[in-house]
Amino acid sequence: MADVSSSTNTTPTTTVRPGRFKEFWRYFRENRGAVIGFYVFIFFLIVAIFAPLISPFEPSTQNRGATLVPPAWQDGGSWTYPLGTDPLGRDMLSRLIYGARYSFLVGTIVVILAATGGILTGLIAGFAPRWLDTIIMRIMDIILSIPSLLLALVLVAILGPSLLNAMIAIAIVLQPHYVRLTRAAVMTELSKDYVVSARVAGAKLPRLMFVTVLPNCLAPIIVQAALSFSNAILDVAALGFLGMGAQPPTPEWGTMLAESREFILRAWWVVTFPGVAILTTVLAINLMGDGLRDALDPKLKRS
Amino acid sequence: MNTVVTAQNLARHYEVGGGLFSKPSVVKALSEASFTIEAGKTLAVVGESGCGKSTLARLVTMIEEPTAGTLNIAGKDVTPDNWDTLRDTVQIVFQDPYGSLNLRHRVGAILEEPLKINRPDMSAKERQAKAREMIELVGLRPEHYDRFPHMFSGGQRQRIAVARALMLEPKLLVLDEPVSALDLSIQSQVLNLLLDLQERLDLAYLFISHDLSVVRHVADDVVVMYLGRPVEFGSKEAVFGNPRHPYTKALLSATPSTEPNPEKKRIKLEGELPSPLNIPDGCPFAPRCWKAKSKCREQRPDLMGEHPAACWYPEG
Amino acid sequence: MTLLNIRNLSVDFDTAGGQFRAVDGVDITVNEGDILSIVGESGSGKSVSMLAMMGLLPWTATITADEMSFDGVDLRGMTAKSRRKVIGRDMSMIFQEPMSSLNPCFTVGFQIKESLRIHMKMDRAARHRRAVELLDLVGIPDPEKRLKAFPHQMSGGMSQRVMIAMALACKPRLLIADEPTTALDVTIQAQILDLLTDLQKETGMGLILITHDMGVVAETAQRVQVQYAGQKVEEQEVRKLFAEPHHPYTSALLAALPERATERHLPTIPGVVPGQYDRPEGCLFSPRCRFANDTCRKTDPPVQPPELGLARCHYPVNAKEGVA
Repeated sequence: MADVSSSTNTTPTTTVRPGRFKEFWRYFRENRGAVIGFYVFIFFLIVAIFAPLISPFEPSTQNRGATLVPPAWQDGGSWTYPLGTDPLGRDMLSRLIYGARYSFLVGTIVVILAATGGILTGLIAGFAPRWLDTIIMRIMDIILSIPSLLLALVLVAILGPSLLNAMIAIAIVLQPHYVRLTRAAVMTELSKDYVVSARVAGAKLPRLMFVTVLPNCLAPIIVQAALSFSNAILDVAALGFLGMGAQPPTPEWGTMLAESREFILRAWWVVTFPGVAILTTVLAINLMGDGLRDALDPKLKRS
Repeated sequence: MNTVVTAQNLARHYEVGGGLFSKPSVVKALSEASFTIEAGKTLAVVGESGCGKSTLARLVTMIEEPTAGTLNIAGKDVTPDNWDTLRDTVQIVFQDPYGSLNLRHRVGAILEEPLKINRPDMSAKERQAKAREMIELVGLRPEHYDRFPHMFSGGQRQRIAVARALMLEPKLLVLDEPVSALDLSIQSQVLNLLLDLQERLDLAYLFISHDLSVVRHVADDVVVMYLGRPVEFGSKEAVFGNPRHPYTKALLSATPSTEPNPEKKRIKLEGELPSPLNIPDGCPFAPRCWKAKSKCREQRPDLMGEHPAACWYPEG
Repeated sequence: MTLLNIRNLSVDFDTAGGQFRAVDGVDITVNEGDILSIVGESGSGKSVSMLAMMGLLPWTATITADEMSFDGVDLRGMTAKSRRKVIGRDMSMIFQEPMSSLNPCFTVGFQIKESLRIHMKMDRAARHRRAVELLDLVGIPDPEKRLKAFPHQMSGGMSQRVMIAMALACKPRLLIADEPTTALDVTIQAQILDLLTDLQKETGMGLILITHDMGVVAETAQRVQVQYAGQKVEEQEVRKLFAEPHHPYTSALLAALPERATERHLPTIPGVVPGQYDRPEGCLFSPRCRFANDTCRKTDPPVQPPELGLARCHYPVNAKEGVA
C-alpha cells in the first residue's frame, strides 16, 4: 500500500464537514448582541433602499399648517405624522427614513475610499524597505496624532462644506487605521512559509502582494471596515451638526440635529429621533463588528 | 555521474541590531559550507537549531544571496541575475504543512502557480492537465483539485506541498524537515513517497533534518553542522557507523532509540548551544566537548582527513 | 499505592459540526513511583484527558467519568476552589512550549516564588531559599543570578528547566509532562529527560509522560498506554510493548519507525486518524487495519485481558496459544 499512487483517505464519511460559511455563521450566532446588531443593520438597510416606497411624505415637503406637531401618542399629535413634524412642517418619519439613505451612502463610500487607500498603503509599507516603511508609518502617525474631527473640519474648510467633501475628509482621517492594520497583517504573513515558497516559485512583487498575501490579511480588515462604517456615520453626523457636512435641506441625521438645536426645549422630538436613529445604527454596527471579529479571528475560534 | 549542485565555501552573514548610534553586530549564520549533490542522491544536513541548516536552504533555493562562496546549479554559476532562469531547477518543501500552503487558494491554483509564473506560454488547459497528473503522482485523488487546503490532514497537505514543488520538474528538491511535523504513521507514508519519487524522477535531495533515525533511512551522504559550520562530512555508513567528531557522537548517543535498553550509557553534553552572536574562538564545540584541550579553545580546526571532521582529536 | 485512578473517562466537545468525542472511555491508573507514558498521534486525546482531569478545559467540553480520584479524593464535582488546592500542589503539569509557558513580564524568581507563596504559605526568606534550591535541583548554574532573569533571556532548554522547577516547587506527588521535549533540540532533550527521571527517582513521585515519540517512551517509561482516536487501545510494560505489541495499531506504528526499517520502503499505515467527520463504526482502527474483517467494521471490539495488553481489539496480534 506504500506505492506512490496510493490514495490516502478511504475512511467512510459519516457526518459532513460544515462549509466555511456555515461555520462562520455558527460562531457569529454565538454572540447574541452581534445577531441583534445584524438584524437592526438589515432593517435600516431595507429602510434605506425602499425609502421612497415606505415614507409617507417627501422629505422636503413643507406643510406650513402643521409645524412642530408632536408625535402621534402625545397630546395634539396625529397619525398623519407618526413622529411629528419639524419647525418647517416636514414629516419627521419621512426625513428619518431618507436620512438612512444618506447614512448608508456615507458609510459605504467612506469605507471604500479609506479601505482602498489604506490597504494599498499598508501593503506597500509592509513590503517596502525599512526607510520607505518608516516614512509611510511616520506620516500615518502624524495623521493619527491630530484629533480626527478637528482634522476633518480643517479638510472640509479647505475643500468647502458639502456632503461629498465631508466624506473625503473622513475617509482621509480613517485611513491610517487601515494602513496600520494591513501592515501588521502583512508583516505576520510575510514570515510564513507559503510566501517563501511563492518566492521560490519565482513570484514577483505585485503577485506576492495581491495574490499571495493580501487575501490572507482580509479578516481583520473586514472587521475594521464594519467598525469604521459606524465611525463614518458618526463623523458625518458630527460634521453635519457643525454645519460642515450635508447642507440643509438634505435630510441627513446630523444636519437635522443641527437645524433643530433651538427647539430642544420646546419640541423634544425634533432632536431626539435623529439622535436615537444615529445611536441605534452605530450601536448595531459596532455589535455586529464585534461578532465578526469573534467569527473571523482564528485565535478565538478554538474555544 | 551527473552533478546537480556544487557549493564551494558558501557563507551567509547577517547584520543585526545596529540603531542610529550602535554598530550592528554580525551573525555568521553559515560559513564554509562545501558540498556536491548528484542526481538521484540525497545529501542530509543534520544539526540542532541555530546550526545554519535553514540558512543553507535559503541560499540553495535562491531566496538569499550568499555573502561569500560560489554556488553552481545544473552547471551554471548562480548569481542574482540568473536566479529567474534557474528557478525551475530547485524547489523546496517546508516543515510545517499548515503554514506552507496558502489557505485562500484551491489546491489546483496552488499547484498551477509555479507554471503561471515560469511558463507564461502554457495554456490554462495544459496547466490543469499537469496539475491533475501531479495530484495523482503524489497519491491524492482527482476530486482534491478543487478543494481548499484546510480540508486536508497534515500528511495530505505535505503531499500537496511535494506536488507543488515538482510542478516545474526540478532537478533538486530542498526538503526542510519534511516529516518532522507529521504523525508517525503519516511520516512513513511521506518518506516512502519521497523515496519513490526520487527513484522515478532521478531527483537530487538536500534533506535537512534533526531526526537522525529519519536521516539514517533516507540519506546517501551526511553533513553534520554545528553553529553554522560543517563539522563532519561523509557517507551515511561512515558518519553513523564510525562518527569522528565528538559532536556527531554525542548527537547519535542523545537520539532516543526504540530498543528499551536500560544499560545504555549516554554521552551527556554539558551546557547549551552558544548564541550565534558570539561564537567562541577556537573550535565552536569546545565549551561543551568532554575532551577539549587548550589547543581546541585557541585554534579552530578545519575539516580534515579522508572522512573529514573538524576536530583536532577526532574519534576512531 | 494508587495515586491517580480514572475509569471510563469521556470528553465531548461541542463544535460547529455537532458533538465531537475527543476522549472515549479511557482508564488511567498511576501508582506512586510510577512512570506512565501515554503515546499517541495528534488527535488521540492524550492531552485532553489530562486537561480534563485538571479542570482546564473550556466550557464547550462535557466531561464524564465513572471514577476520577486522586489520592482517594474524588475529583468529580469538586468546586473550582478546592480543585485548585490539589492542582499546583499535589499535582502539577509542564507543557510543550517552555517559551510560552512562562510569563514574559515577570522574572523567573517571581514566578517560582508566586506558587510557593500561594500553596506553601512560606515567608519571604524561606521562599527565596527554596527558589534557589529548586533551580539548583534542576541543574541551572548560578541560581541566585538566574532568579533575576526574565524568560526571554533564557534558551528553550533553560526555560524548560525553570518550568520543571516551578512544577516541583510544592513537592507534587504527581507530575504530568505534556510533550516536555518536543520543542527542544536532541542534545537538550536528552538532558531534560535525564533530569525528569532522576527527579522522579529521588522524590518517588508519579510521572505521566505524554509524548508521540516512541524513542522517548522506550528510554524513559516503565508502563506505556497507547491511545488512538480518543481510545486507549493497549497498555503494557514498556519492554513487552516494544517486543510484543498486541494491538495491530501499536504493531504497525512500531514497524513504521524508520529506525526499525529493514528495507528502503517503510511499512506504512494507510489512511489517516479519523477526525470528527469520518468516525467509522465498530473498531476505530478498522479502516486502516490489515487484519480487519466485517466483525471489526460492525461491532465495537472488546478489551482483552491484561496478558494481552488490555488491547481493544477483536483479534489481538502476538497472542500465544492458550491465552486468547
